[in-house]
Amino acid sequence: MPPVSADGYLGKFRREGRIVIVGASLAGLRAAETLREEGFTGTLTMVGDEPHEPYDRPPLSKQVLLGKVPYDHTALPRRRAIDAQWRLGVAATGLNPADRQVHLADGESVEYDRLLITTGVRARPWPNDLEADLDGVFVLRTKDDAAQLHHRLKAGPRRVLVIGAGFTGSEIASACRERELPVTVAERGPAPLVGALGGVIGGVAAALQREHGVDLRCGVQVTGLEGDPAGRVRRAHFSDGTAIEVDVVVASLGATRNTEWLAASGLGAGPRGIACDAGCRAFDVRGIVTDDIFVAGDVARSPHPLFGYQFLSLEHWGNAVAQAEVAAHNMISASSDRRPHVWMPSFWSAQFGVNIKSVGVPPMADQILITQGSLAEHRFTAAYGHQGRVIAAVTFDQAKWLDFYERQIEQAAPFPTDFPTVDRRPEGMQPQSAGFPDPSLPSHGPTVTLSGHSPADRRISFTPLRA
Amino acid sequence: MTSVALLRQITDYANRADPYPLYAELRKTPVVRDEAGPYLVSTYWEIHGLLHDPRVSSDARNLGAEAAEFRGQEEDPNLPPTFLKLDPPEHDRLRRLAMRPFGPPHSPRRVFDMRGELGEIVSGLIDGFRDQDRIDLVDDFSYPFPVTVICRLLGIPREDEAHFHGWADTLAASLDPVQGTSEEREAQLQTVRQARADLATYLAGLIEERRRAPRDDMLSAMADGHGPDGQMSPLEVISTSALLLIAGHETTVNLITNGMLTLLRNPDVLQRIRDNPGLAVPLVEELLRFEPPVQLLPQRTTLADIDIAGTLIPQGASLWLLLASGNRDPQRFHDPDRFIPERPDNQHLGLGSGIHNCFGAPLARLEAQIALTELVRRLDNPRLVEDPPPYRRNAVLRGPRHLPIAFDGLKP
Amino acid sequence: MRLVVDLNRCQGYAQCAFLAPEVFAMHGDEALMYDPQADDTQREHVLRAASACPVKAITVEDEAGAPAAGRAGASRVG
Repeated sequence: MPPVSADGYLGKFRREGRIVIVGASLAGLRAAETLREEGFTGTLTMVGDEPHEPYDRPPLSKQVLLGKVPYDHTALPRRRAIDAQWRLGVAATGLNPADRQVHLADGESVEYDRLLITTGVRARPWPNDLEADLDGVFVLRTKDDAAQLHHRLKAGPRRVLVIGAGFTGSEIASACRERELPVTVAERGPAPLVGALGGVIGGVAAALQREHGVDLRCGVQVTGLEGDPAGRVRRAHFSDGTAIEVDVVVASLGATRNTEWLAASGLGAGPRGIACDAGCRAFDVRGIVTDDIFVAGDVARSPHPLFGYQFLSLEHWGNAVAQAEVAAHNMISASSDRRPHVWMPSFWSAQFGVNIKSVGVPPMADQILITQGSLAEHRFTAAYGHQGRVIAAVTFDQAKWLDFYERQIEQAAPFPTDFPTVDRRPEGMQPQSAGFPDPSLPSHGPTVTLSGHSPADRRISFTPLRA
Repeated sequence: MTSVALLRQITDYANRADPYPLYAELRKTPVVRDEAGPYLVSTYWEIHGLLHDPRVSSDARNLGAEAAEFRGQEEDPNLPPTFLKLDPPEHDRLRRLAMRPFGPPHSPRRVFDMRGELGEIVSGLIDGFRDQDRIDLVDDFSYPFPVTVICRLLGIPREDEAHFHGWADTLAASLDPVQGTSEEREAQLQTVRQARADLATYLAGLIEERRRAPRDDMLSAMADGHGPDGQMSPLEVISTSALLLIAGHETTVNLITNGMLTLLRNPDVLQRIRDNPGLAVPLVEELLRFEPPVQLLPQRTTLADIDIAGTLIPQGASLWLLLASGNRDPQRFHDPDRFIPERPDNQHLGLGSGIHNCFGAPLARLEAQIALTELVRRLDNPRLVEDPPPYRRNAVLRGPRHLPIAFDGLKP
Repeated sequence: MRLVVDLNRCQGYAQCAFLAPEVFAMHGDEALMYDPQADDTQREHVLRAASACPVKAITVEDEAGAPAAGRAGASRVG
């Protein structure tokens, strides 16, 4: 559509334009709903590589593995009808921004006037292909993954090995213990959750695992998986020379961003995601912002004013929703009406009966202060500090206090906090090192990645994980 | 309006029937210090913030010496404080212990499974209106219903209500600040002490019975229960059960009465709930916003100097959080003085927020939903006899003392 | 019937677990687990739970696939 005037173009686009959303999960769905909610009446095409309508993933590693909820019970509720053309089970394979076409795996192409990319992430597979193909070796990201893993857990394996003690790995281990299955967790770092929450909190996570009967092995790597003649996984070998007999292995090695299909597109897309501005418009590799390609959800990396305008990649449920809403709004708004995506990073995890919640960006911190409660009781609130400011907070079963710390982060309040609180214990008198591992080492668990100030992801060299 | 008489105006009985214009006036200054000492907080976001602020304590022992003189009531030296007046970790431990026999995770179906029973009690009370054309909703319905419920839940004989009615009323009134000359104050405190001691003695006997012969009720469970937090001490069982007994009916009576009063003042809404009983569910939330049974929380204090809305509240100050005012804050609620049953995003402060949120909230919700639905369905052409009705003295637990209602008959 | 809980908003007030215990359950003191596709017979209870949620974290889809009462509050913006 040739723009006659900016307003004329926008009005016509809102009435009869073509929007394509690539990625039919949480962010894609919420964006589509927002587009319709805000009055977009043109054609809307939803492209998704999975054959399922949008579904929710967090229950997959919890209720579904516990058998409390069937794997196909997590389809997302609709906030409103979206009247879309669905292209499900067909991956996007390429993008040509010049002629505004998305190429699909079935050979067809879809044209757009504006494009939203919400392709998210996928589970990083076990790096040895032959071993990964053994029967009994799983990853957990999709509901099909969850269905297969649940089926196998239900059969009562002699032992489950979880490789990687990030949030997903820890939740899987928790589900296994609740099912009274023997489980070993192998973590190359010094503690579970260490990449996301640091070593102090990692120590609590380790204690939780061990108290619930997990055979937790930190500082070791799995050097090989061995199968029987029928191709079923039977044994796992560790870097400390030990080995265990296992029937099920879950590789929980974090996520890879689904950007390969954009390799030839000229967008600033790479292993750490697609760079976009605070208004969700994608950057091209030259660092120039595009005006008709938008990004939201796990695959996006965008600058955040609260965190030094560094590009943040957030694998957070709430970020996917909030960013999708902003992206959709901006796609159909004049530039003066556009909004920035300035969401406060927030996430939760439920494991071993404990509710873990976090706000801000813990991995940015150098120090931590236990402001309320006690690590030993597994009920506490901790504030994280970076350069004398509160930058993040985490609660274990103390979620009702978290709002306060969110305000502290927003106000860049001084750290260490200089006020008394209810339930301050002796351990909360002095800050200590937060205990994050060297950021140059890949870690299993961070859900927030700070990825510097460069919109083009080029200078980052990606090293596949060798667990 | 000067700050001179703010606190006195809130407690002034002349403002009881309609305190909302006073709150609107107060909200012009979100945080203001009353001449008597307390800092009054009247706007939604400031109240919400303080309810989640770990620098705010519910433990009166943290009050500064000056503020302590003006606090509403004194602690009973013979009984441990309840979780209402404690901070973590003691608050959390006692509340978890009290929750074990009441709700999730340990007893998730206790309240849910009472639905049928609640409906039967309501039907029974309304059946009692047969052959009448006029009732006092408070005495004939709003009071006996939750009293019956909390007695069954705790395991207190319903017929003992005659004993504890007076004590409970005295203790509910004692949430208000003590006023008057020092002699008058001392006399009031003496009455409160006596009521508390009498109630404690009564409950102690009952708890001892339950300990010897446990039944399926909360008293038995609290007296005998043990879990990861250990168990309550015998004195903690007494103070906790006294709290639950009083809070379990002195608030719900106002919720139900305020509900019927509001419906009778809004006949269009009354008709809509008659046509669509499901509307009672969001309607009760709006009621908790519009006419909250607990108008204000007068017992918080600051552990540090807190800068809020441009006012520095010093450490040890007494804080009054005016929940009912925050609920009418136009900065948070669109058209706040209108009663809109299906108001979207209704995150009212009617049941508090943060760790001290109302312990009995789910029960109060169910009681009010069932009560209002049935009253509306069965009373034929109900109407107010006087408006406003006479109110109880209490400023904190505010509600009508009587609500005379005339009607033309009962539907089956 | 489909539903979803915004667990970033959830603070563990457990009102839903009281009012619709066959759909919502507390796992420990604060963590919530729920059935995102509850049986239609639970509708009355689920709507009660959504309405009672103090932080309006529960979104419920109605029979027609459009939003019912209890759409979650606006997403938080920092």
